[in-house]
Amino acid sequence: MKKKIIPKNKEISKIVFKKGELAQEVIDLCGENLYGCYQCGTCSAGCPYIEDMDLTPDEVIRYILLDRSEVLNSKTIWLCSACFTCAERCPRDINITKIMEALRQIILRRKIDRTRTVDIPKKEREIIPQIAFVSLFRKNIG
Amino acid sequence: MKLLYFPGCTLKTSAKNLEKSAFAIANALGHELVEMDDWTCCGVVSSLSDDDLMRHLAPLRNLIYVEDQGENKVVTLCDMCCNTLKQTNLRVKNKKDDLETLNAFMDDENDYKCTVDVVHFLEFLRDEIGFSTIKKMVKNPLKGIKIMPYYGCMLLRPREVAIDDAEEPKIFSDLLVALGAEVVDNPFKIECCGSYHTIDEKELVSRRAHRITNFAVERGAEAIVLSCPLCRFNLDYRGKEAEKMFDGYKQIPIYYYTQLIAVALDLDPGVCGFNQHVVDPTLLLKKKGVLKKS
Repeated sequence: MKKKIIPKNKEISKIVFKKGELAQEVIDLCGENLYGCYQCGTCSAGCPYIEDMDLTPDEVIRYILLDRSEVLNSKTIWLCSACFTCAERCPRDINITKIMEALRQIILRRKIDRTRTVDIPKKEREIIPQIAFVSLFRKNIG
Repeated sequence: MKLLYFPGCTLKTSAKNLEKSAFAIANALGHELVEMDDWTCCGVVSSLSDDDLMRHLAPLRNLIYVEDQGENKVVTLCDMCCNTLKQTNLRVKNKKDDLETLNAFMDDENDYKCTVDVVHFLEFLRDEIGFSTIKKMVKNPLKGIKIMPYYGCMLLRPREVAIDDAEEPKIFSDLLVALGAEVVDNPFKIECCGSYHTIDEKELVSRRAHRITNFAVERGAEAIVLSCPLCRFNLDYRGKEAEKMFDGYKQIPIYYYTQLIAVALDLDPGVCGFNQHVVDPTLLLKKKGVLKKS
């Protein structure tokens, strides 16, 4: 299979892990058993954002387990909007939604934000429901 | 009967019409939604990191305020508020250590005693009023209107806080049948509308709105019914923007279930606040003769 090329973010690429550390940090944050995943792809089959993702959700899990920390540069972890479809369907009862959150948290807790509030146009600020802003800020700003 | 009601931010701004129509139908059914005192933001999205208790503070504080008012039930209209309040409630009921930590952290509030039930207004209508009762009160059936139920995420997942089956929900279709409408089914009814990406990925959300709606239109749907204010914005506003992206595509009107009940019960259409929508929801209702032409 052709290796996927994920564009690098300078700040995120500075985060360094020793072997096994990335998986451990994810597990500590989400409490999920990543090693239980047998790569069936059910999570990816039902994901509403799959067409826009650079890595599929099951690939994300595999990347974490294989110490491929470039997973942190993946667009996938920010596209996940925590709709819980994958978590609901996983035959191994792994809450993938929480794994995506753990990856976002690993970045955000190192003071690297995904969203800059000043970039949101004024007109959009006036019409979009507040629940969208609170959600986005909680997901994309540390 | 008086019901304590938690509004949340959006019900006071872009979804005033959801609140107003819900108040009107509650009254018509012999109940009164009473806004709770001192409510604050619910937090909107539940904390998904095991160590992040801070984000349970906002929902927990609101649950404490419900107990402070001598109540053990609170009704919500917003799907996101409902989901977040339910998830925190469940977490502290199941993890006493977390509850102790959170109670100890809050100085000004009373300790939470885990006595509150969070109820979505839709659940209240189904379980306590009964759709059969609503059916008997229908004066203005939505006859001949083909409507697709759209559930989105927060009513159905995670399953621990769901108000219906995660894969085969039927609460909206049961309600539509009671109101006399025709139900158009669609596999995208349980897929995410794009949620908060409406801020940072609005084209993606327009594509989602198009996918969800277009499939329903191809099956003959003339409108969509839903309950979440963010889903309404995304399907309605971003759906309208999708017209520029897809040749020949025309966004169909979006209704809150409360508006359809209000119309079917022949309440004053003013309570529906249809002018808060982008695609005019009154045209279809007038065309079908369920709303008077004025």
